[in-house]
Formats: sequence, structure tokens, C-alpha cells
Amino acid sequence: MTFLNYVLSGISLGSIYAIIALGYTMVYGIAKMLNFAHGDVIMVGAYICFFAVTRYSLPPLVGVLAAMAVCTVLGILVERFAYKPLRTAPSLAVLITAIGVSYFLQNGAQLLWTPNPKVFSSVVGTGRLALFGGQLTVSYVTITTIVSCIVIMIALTWFTGNTKMGKAMRACSEDKGAAQLMGINVNSTISVTFAIGSALAAIAGVLLCSAYPTLVPTTGSMPGIKAFTAAVFGGIGSIPGAFLGGLLLGVIEIFAKAYISTQLSDAVVFAVLIVVLLVKPAGLLGKQVSEKV
Amino acid sequence: MKHTARKMLTFAMVLTLLVSLCSVFALADGDGAFKVGGTGPLTGGAAIYGNAAMNGAQIAVDEINAEGGIQFELKYEDDAHDAEKAVNAYNALKDWEMQLSLGSVTSAPANATSAENFNDHIFALTPSASAPTVIDGKDNVFQMCFSDPNQGGASAQYISDMKLGSKIAVIWKNDEDYSTGIRNSFMDKAEELGLEVVSETTFAAGNDTDFTVQLTSAQAAGADLVFLPMYYQPASLILSQAAAMGYEPKWFGVDGMDGILTMEGFDPAMAEGVMLLTPFNADAEDDATVAFVEKYQELYDEIPNQFAADAYDCIYAYKQALEAAGATPDMSAEELNSLMIEQFTSMTFDGLTGSGMTWDETGAVSKSPKGMVIQDGAYVGLGTDAE
Repeated sequence: MTFLNYVLSGISLGSIYAIIALGYTMVYGIAKMLNFAHGDVIMVGAYICFFAVTRYSLPPLVGVLAAMAVCTVLGILVERFAYKPLRTAPSLAVLITAIGVSYFLQNGAQLLWTPNPKVFSSVVGTGRLALFGGQLTVSYVTITTIVSCIVIMIALTWFTGNTKMGKAMRACSEDKGAAQLMGINVNSTISVTFAIGSALAAIAGVLLCSAYPTLVPTTGSMPGIKAFTAAVFGGIGSIPGAFLGGLLLGVIEIFAKAYISTQLSDAVVFAVLIVVLLVKPAGLLGKQVSEKV
Repeated sequence: MKHTARKMLTFAMVLTLLVSLCSVFALADGDGAFKVGGTGPLTGGAAIYGNAAMNGAQIAVDEINAEGGIQFELKYEDDAHDAEKAVNAYNALKDWEMQLSLGSVTSAPANATSAENFNDHIFALTPSASAPTVIDGKDNVFQMCFSDPNQGGASAQYISDMKLGSKIAVIWKNDEDYSTGIRNSFMDKAEELGLEVVSETTFAAGNDTDFTVQLTSAQAAGADLVFLPMYYQPASLILSQAAAMGYEPKWFGVDGMDGILTMEGFDPAMAEGVMLLTPFNADAEDDATVAFVEKYQELYDEIPNQFAADAYDCIYAYKQALEAAGATPDMSAEELNSLMIEQFTSMTFDGLTGSGMTWDETGAVSKSPKGMVIQDGAYVGLGTDAE
């Protein structure tokens, strides 16, 4: 039973990584850039929801919607002012800018909301579902997170496959120049990508803080990096890969803590990552694309 | 948002007021004030401590300046809880011609700045950097807080004296001087006293959100008391995850636990029954504490924690030492340095964080921690003081 309990803890942690990784991987898959500020947009989303629910006593659903709205606008603004002017710059420049945006958001949050930690009250309640007569328990947050991940995965897959905007996104992902020649507005397509990515970040932020309720301006950064690792693990750019990578990363982390050493758990996690990338350089579900020379 | 805007406006107004006050003092006193400088995390994850210390020191400075005797000028520089930034902040203070130093607020930066204090012969009295390495081998660096070994050992002694638990679990943060130092001294003392430690697990930065494994291990080993030598942020997560698991041991914290009740949105029921050793209790009813807490609340809109009280005491300890030594503001930092070493090793000081405090040559303070327990969302004194 202890083993199964650890599996469930791993899935709880992993589902949080997975939902963050979905946003990372979607933006990467389409805009081909690593948005290191993703973790900080998550933090902003969590703060908005916190203020709506705790300070203004609005219902949790309104809090989530407000967080999504604010993050969407934030995502569009960040894209417009920080990334768009660098559309033709080398990708390294954009990467550094993203790190800059990340610090900007963290420090901005510190100024606006003070660095004092706040305790987030879960939007789905703190209850747990008891299985096998209470020997195993799963929190409602975990269930909500996994369901949200699956819904988001299906929605994203449908969106990119069946709508005009989705097809434009896939075209941009394949070849921006050619897409432009075909009459696709590359700029607005990428803006929409960021808007969707940021809305997903808001949901991830609310769920992250519902599961682990301490909210500070740096809340998003470490889970953001872990989720990025999960996205690479599963194959960056692949939506089901992000989900799988997130869950596996969570389970490996908990197992490493439980059965190897609490001191070495991160080392074990990253050792597994290295081994996987040596065997499958594109990640678990990533597509191997051969470069034309 | 409106609330935030109003806060910003208030902040701006207070700032303007302070600036104008400063210029008034500057005009009135010219060079007649002792320049006291300190570094602390004013931004970043540990900012709550830096700001508390700065605010506490500022209150003491304002009180003393208003009396008209010795005058102080206080300057805090941000070190973001980072050793390298702390040295830069320290250098900025040196350029400002700091005469007396408040060292750094947290241990890692204090290790770096205290070495500079020692080299430059600028006397330092740190409010809260509790690692023993901060004062080790430096004759002019002193601590207002008790050092980590003192705290860990005192906790073990207290648990043993009060028979609080028979099987003890320890969860500590293995990448932090503070947590490691307390844990080491706790373990040594626990062994000496024959306390049984049944589970020992760790966490580190970046790995500090999920504690199910650590808690499951403690629970499986049958621990009836869990010792948490850490700051309150991870501790609040541990408490809430243990509650979700239905694990209800006794909890024993250290001074870093102070602050858990001021977290916005924190459910005080979660911390019900948590015990800790701390030198300062904002609910104490003596006049000095009541006056300090009232003033702090009025100015900064929150209950002061131990860091604020420590920094407040630092300024008053300086006042007492400077008066006793007959020091004048035109003395150089080096002259003050030797005077202060002489005073601090011989004087007895009564402050908010303890009475009858004395310092030995190493710079470590001797005062007895008070046992506290959280009841109905407030700290309540607990039993007799530990030795």
C-alpha cells in the first residue's frame, strides 16, 4: 500500500508538471521558442485568482476566469513588446529576452504584491477521495488536474487539426516563410499562440497553488523549470509527450525520494533524463526530424 | 487592485515623509550622527526578514533621535539573500562612510559580509544571522540572535525536559546553513540526552513543494514529535500536507517558524499546537513589547516578528555601548571598532528579545529562549524556560 501511495503522490506531483508542460510545449511547438517566462505567467495567474477569491470573496470559478483573462492579455503584451521585435533575430537573443521577461515579472510581482508569502485556498476544496477503505487517498486537486490535462490535450489537438487558426499555426510551425507566402498572417498567428499558452498558464497556476498552497513571486520559477524538463523528457513540441513526461517526472521524483535518498532525488531525476535523452534524443514521444543539409 | 493602489500611494507618502524628515535631520545635525549600515534581503524570497529588520531598526533610530541625545543615521542596502550581492551592498555602505554595521540579516550573506567587516575593522552586530560561521574567528562581529547550535541544542533539551515526545522525526533543508546548523546541534544533543530519532529526511531548494515522502517516512516510523528546523514557508506546506494525510504528531519549530501566522490566507488552525523556541513574543504584555508592537503595526501594518525585534535591540545595544564608551560621531570606524569590542564583551543589555543579555569574546550572545505554543492563532508562553 505504501508503494501505491507513493505512486499516487507521484501522479499528483506529475500532473502539476504536466499541466505546466502543456503550455510550454505548445508555444515551443508552434513559435519554436522557449518561453522561459511561462513559469512566471503561472505565478501571475495564481496571484490574480488569489486576490479574486481571498480578498474580494468571488466564487472560485470567477477567480479562474479572471486569472485566464489577465494572463491572456499579459501573454499578448509580452509577445508584442518583448518577442515580436526580435522575430528575425537569432533564437539565442529571444531566449535571453525570455529570461529577462521572467525576472521582470518576478520583480514586478514583488513590487506590486510584496514578497510576503500568501496562502492560496484551493479552488476545488481540500477534500480527498478515499479508495480501498481509506488506505489510499487521492486529493480532488489531483483529479481535477488530470481531468484538466486531458481536456486541454483533446481541445488543443482538435484546435490545431480542425480550425483555420489551428491549421495556420501548424503551417507557421513547419515553415514561417512559406506560410507567409501562402497568405497566412504569421504575426497574428504567433500572438494567438501566446494568448492560448498564457491562458493555459493561468489554469496551471491556479491548480499548482491549489495543490501546494504557498504563493510568493518566485512560485512559478522552479515548477516552470521542472515542467520544461518534463516537456523535453516527453519530446518537446509533442502535446501527449508533455503529459506523459510530466507524470513520469513526478513519479520518478517521488520514487527517488522514497527509495533512494531525499538528498539525491533531484540528481536521480536528472540522471534519468540524461539516460532517456541519450537513447531517444528527441524525447519519449518526440519526432525525429532529419536536418536537410 | 484599488487596495494595492492605495497601498502604493500610502507607501509613496510615507517615503516622501521619510525623505523630508531625513533632510531635516541632516540639516539639524550635520555630521552629528553615527552612521549605521546593514544589508538584508529587501527583495526576493527572504525579503520578509530583511524588511522586518530594517523596519525594526528604523523605529529604534527614530525613537532615539527624537530623544535628542545620541543621533543615528540608518541605511539598509538590499542583498537579495545572496552572498555576492551582499558584498556589493556592503561596499556601497562603506562608500557612504558607515561607522557601525548591522552586518547582514540572513546567514549566507552574513558569512560574506562579516569577513569584510573583520578585514576593514568595522564593528558589526547582526540582528539575526545565526550561523556560527558568521562570528567564527572574527573578534569584531557579534550576534543579537542566538546561534544555531544554541538553538538546536536548546530545542533538544527542552523536548527532553518536558518529555514532549519519545520518538522523534527530523525534516531539514540540507542546502541551507541555518537548517543544517540547527539540525546538527539538535542531533548531537539528542544523542547525549538519549532522545530517539526514528526518521530523518531532507529537502532542498527547488524540491520543497511535495513532502509526502518525508511525512510518510515519519508516520511509518511512528514518530510522535516532528522537529522542523526551517523557515516557515516550507513548514506551512508540511503542516497542510500532514493535515491532508491525517498525520497528527506534535510539531516543534525554531525561530524561523516565527511569521507563519502572518501569512495572508493561512488558516491558523493548521498551526494549532505547534511549539517553538523563540526569543521574542509579540503577544508579551510588558510595556516595551506592547509599545514596539503598536508602533510597528501603525507604521507597517503588520505584527512585528523576531527579526524586527532583534534589529530594534541592536540599535539600542549600540546606544548603550556608545554612551558607556563616551563615543562621539566624529570618531573613525576603526576607533569605534575597538571601543565597541570592549563594551560588548563587558556590558549587560536588556531588550525586547531577552533581559540580562551578555556576549562572550567570540561574539555569541547568551540569553535564554522562551518556549511558545500556538493556540487559537496566537503565541502563548509554554512552561518554564529551557536552560
